[in-house]
Amino acid sequence: MTGPVQTLSALGRWVRTQVSGVGFFTRFLGALLARSGIAASRPRLVSQQVHFIGNYSLLIIIVSGMFVGFVLGLQGYYTLNRYGSEEALGLLVALSLVRELGPVVTALLFAGRAGTSLTAEIGLMKAGEQLAAMEVMAVDPMRRVLVPRFWGGIIAMPVLAAVFSMVGILGGWVVGVLLIGVDAGAFWSQMQNGVDVWDDVANGVLKSLVFGVTVTLVALYEGWQARPTPEGVARATTRTVVVGSLAVLGLDFLLTALMFGN
Amino acid sequence: MSREKTDFWVGLFVLLGAAALVFLALRAGNLSSFSFAPTYTLTANFDNIGGLKARAPVKSAGVVVGRVGKISFDDQVFQAVVTLNLEEGYQFPKDSSASILTSGLLGEQYVGLSAGSEEENFADGGKIRYTQSAVVLEQLISQFLYGTAEKQGSTPPAN
Repeated sequence: MTGPVQTLSALGRWVRTQVSGVGFFTRFLGALLARSGIAASRPRLVSQQVHFIGNYSLLIIIVSGMFVGFVLGLQGYYTLNRYGSEEALGLLVALSLVRELGPVVTALLFAGRAGTSLTAEIGLMKAGEQLAAMEVMAVDPMRRVLVPRFWGGIIAMPVLAAVFSMVGILGGWVVGVLLIGVDAGAFWSQMQNGVDVWDDVANGVLKSLVFGVTVTLVALYEGWQARPTPEGVARATTRTVVVGSLAVLGLDFLLTALMFGN
Repeated sequence: MSREKTDFWVGLFVLLGAAALVFLALRAGNLSSFSFAPTYTLTANFDNIGGLKARAPVKSAGVVVGRVGKISFDDQVFQAVVTLNLEEGYQFPKDSSASILTSGLLGEQYVGLSAGSEEENFADGGKIRYTQSAVVLEQLISQFLYGTAEKQGSTPPAN
């Protein structure tokens, strides 16, 4: 039987665990940044990770971007048609993709495709005592294993988001102009009049950069923190997707309010 | 995978990203119409600027000749002071007039410049004397209503 005292102390323990978790997470980020010199002195390590994280995610990003563009074209046409302003379809597709869907959907896919593989890889390295073996050989595993993956993720994510937006706009063009028959000139000119390079495109790129840092950091942290058992690695991989996606959506709201809130 | 192969694919990946950004900036955005041409500044006072925003276009005969720079309020004359940055290639006579217009029924507001007939052109920092404020729909409706009411009041009853 648990009395109020036990409940209270359980609550206190929970709060303390959470707060020290935040502290450890911050220290983890600081340690990664402090060891980032290796990214400059051995860029090949980073480029290998860009290849692993970026190139292998390209297919899923392109295919999803295309279908998101198709759907935006269809749904946007359905709504705009009621107001007799189908010509604004290009603007609607471009703004939705560049400002919102490009960075966010890419980050969610990135957490599922690249984040999980990072967590599983590091978790298994830990379970197989490879990280400990590195330490024995006087190689800092954080510097040698985590930092290249961190920077690889940061580089890959904005590239993937830009590709996603581009493919999505082309997908919207295919559905809107080629299939439905919106005027091609109006489609592009309304888009060009309405999309601002700094307010929309550059802020979208900034968003994707922030999401790249967040998702990669969460993935590395969960892998680093995983209990070195099969179950622990499985759990860490799940947490990467859950925590990474929630962090992206929460940050997205914050960033949108900051950037577009004027 | 060999070193060269990885490098090649990573290079291709980064180039694809750069191409996507260029596409977004030039094809979807309007960086191509973003001009770095040297500009000169004019100011104009308006009684009411309506919904005019900084960086709105300044058009003459429908062609964009500059952008709105800064909008501030002068509490000496209680008017809005609008700074216009015009491209140096376009010169206007000193008696040109500026008005705040709306593109379409619900479109964005812009400053329209109509050229005057004076020989001398504006110098940098000049001031446009003839201005016309934005049309505020509520004022227009109330004017119309007052006008109708007045007319009805003045006409004698039918019999």
